Amino acid sequence: MADLISLNSIKRHYDVGGEIVRALDGVDLTINKNEYISIMGPSGSGKSTLMNMIGCLDSPSEGIYEFEGELVHEMDDNQLASIRNRKIGFVFQTFNLLPKATALRNVEVPLIYANISRSERIEKAKKALDAVGLNDRMHHKPNELSGGQRQRVAIARALVNDPSILLADEPTGNLDSKSGVEIMKILDSLHDDGNTIILVTHEEYIADHADRTIHLFDGKIKEDRKTSKRRSVSS
Amino acid sequence: MAKFSHVKSTIREGFRMAIEAIRQNKLRSILTLLGISIGVFSVIGVMTAIRTLESSVNSQLDILGTNTFTIQKSPAIQIHGPGGDRKIRQRKNITYTHYEEMKRKAKLPLRVSVLDETGERNIRYKDKTLKRSAELLGADEWALRSINTYLADGRNFTPDDIRFARNVTILGPDIVDILFPFEDPIGRAIKIKGIDYTVIGVTERKGQAFGQSQDDFVLIPISLYIQRFSNRWTSLAIVFEAESADMYEKTMDEAIGLMRVVRKVPVEEENDFSIISNEELMETFAGFTGGIKIFAGSVSVIALLVAGIGIMNIMLVSVTERIKEIGIRKAIGATKRDILSQFLMEAIFLSQFGGVVGVILGITGGNIVAIVLNVPAVVPMDWAFYGMAVCSLIGIGFGIYPAWRAANLDPIESLRFE
Ligand SMILES: Nc1ncnc2c1ncn2[C@@H]1O[C@H](COP(=O)(O)OP(=O)(O)OP(=O)(O)O)[C@@H](O)[C@H]1O
Ligand SMILES: [Mg+2]
Repeated sequence: MADLISLNSIKRHYDVGGEIVRALDGVDLTINKNEYISIMGPSGSGKSTLMNMIGCLDSPSEGIYEFEGELVHEMDDNQLASIRNRKIGFVFQTFNLLPKATALRNVEVPLIYANISRSERIEKAKKALDAVGLNDRMHHKPNELSGGQRQRVAIARALVNDPSILLADEPTGNLDSKSGVEIMKILDSLHDDGNTIILVTHEEYIADHADRTIHLFDGKIKEDRKTSKRRSVSS
Repeated sequence: MAKFSHVKSTIREGFRMAIEAIRQNKLRSILTLLGISIGVFSVIGVMTAIRTLESSVNSQLDILGTNTFTIQKSPAIQIHGPGGDRKIRQRKNITYTHYEEMKRKAKLPLRVSVLDETGERNIRYKDKTLKRSAELLGADEWALRSINTYLADGRNFTPDDIRFARNVTILGPDIVDILFPFEDPIGRAIKIKGIDYTVIGVTERKGQAFGQSQDDFVLIPISLYIQRFSNRWTSLAIVFEAESADMYEKTMDEAIGLMRVVRKVPVEEENDFSIISNEELMETFAGFTGGIKIFAGSVSVIALLVAGIGIMNIMLVSVTERIKEIGIRKAIGATKRDILSQFLMEAIFLSQFGGVVGVILGITGGNIVAIVLNVPAVVPMDWAFYGMAVCSLIGIGFGIYPAWRAANLDPIESLRFE
């Protein structure tokens, strides 16, 4: 089976007032379809930078990035935008919903950029919200929703375009543990449905949901191991 | 095909987003809109007002007939060059004798009428008096045609009425209203300055034009008028009407030639009278409205420029406020072009909403002038269209830079922006 993602000695350097910050310092990583990966590491180790790189929000300073056989590091802005739109679903720690748009509208937006007709957009968006259990909150705005509900809207938005991979950067970081558990349940079941998921977390018990855990340190992969399933019983 | 539907949906989405953005910032948007509205209002308002004037002037000139011209002592509009005014004042008056000679000598078929007017308040019938001044016109049998009115009742002057200076009169309906509220005026004798005149006719009611009644006059034979109401400044206006448009030039040439003979103007000297034609009046009017148009045009250019800067300012603020939103949109797949068109569309719609308000207010305001002047209202579709087109251009011209800034924001940094 072809790799979904392959990173080859990816570097991302920032020039901060003459001083070079090596946020990613030679990362090699291969990700297959339907993998469930967690990324851990101390603050500043480059987790978010790596996620942005995989999510095609950022381009490497050096290295080769292949996504479904396409060379991402050679792409221009429009191609990157298109990949983000069609192939990648992003979930952020701070939800990043459009504050003045309803849940439905938020989920609809990626489909606008995918140039999908209005009726189809609404249908798909409703289905995605249904899948995260929010069919009764479609016309609420983010400030009328709880944190857990907001994150579920974000997940619906990430999934609405049937992406090849779901990237979640500390998705439970801003949530209480109960909401966090709910979110993780959703991610688990999405994985069971065949989705590929990468999530960043500081919490061991969250990382344990994944099948594979990658430890970053100073922009390098320090450890990459299979994790024994210790999922909380899905009763 | 796919491309076209994409453009269509981009515009539709842009419109939706613009409405949302405007609704979310009502006060700010309204203030920005106001600038555009005022600019568009000023130009549309003036253009509408001028259009109503033009159409009313044109229709009046039309009814007067394109084949008429007038010879009188002074030009319709006097330009006060050095000594110009005095030169005109020193011209000989146009007298009743001139008129009679013109009539007698003319070879080409033409209608000649003659007019002069004065204000007169001493007009009464039995115990009823006018209590104010009315227009007293000296006229001949063609004068009704020259002042563009028709008889409602009775008869016109006959050539004999004029020749023998008979004591007869034709009244405008305003005068009839006051002197004969319950009586048929035909055949009755009214007193003007104590002398009896028999009413032979009443004209149709015309209503108001330019805020003045057009029905407030008393006509008497010009010959009688000369005897009783003229003074040493009285100079008549002689109206000529050619038989057809083809004959117009010839008729005018003949009239000018005759007038020179009658007034004994030496060959080498220029005319000692003025010829006023409809074309000349229209040209004068066009020159006058042209000046106003240029003035209104420059005022609105300045207003729209200021409004455009306002739009640019508001769009820059809006971009700054929405950096996070831009980051989110980019993260979920918006291209530079999507962001650019979103903000550009917002600027265009913002200025077009302002434009619509300005057009509506402008047409309303311009037509208030029409109502005041009692001329028919007009809707200048062409100007409304130009107004909206200019608004789009303003939206694009002043919106492009903020939109470009938004489109080129870095997605990660925008997402991190708080
Ligand atoms: N735009 C930037 N300019 C300069 N340095 C940056 C920039 N973005 C990230 N860095 C640096 O790159 C390093 C990695 O940052 P990153 O955000 O990936 O860390 P992280 O692992 O996600 O940390 P956290 O757990 O706190 O979220 C940090 O040292 C950070 O200071
Ligand atoms: Mg981070």
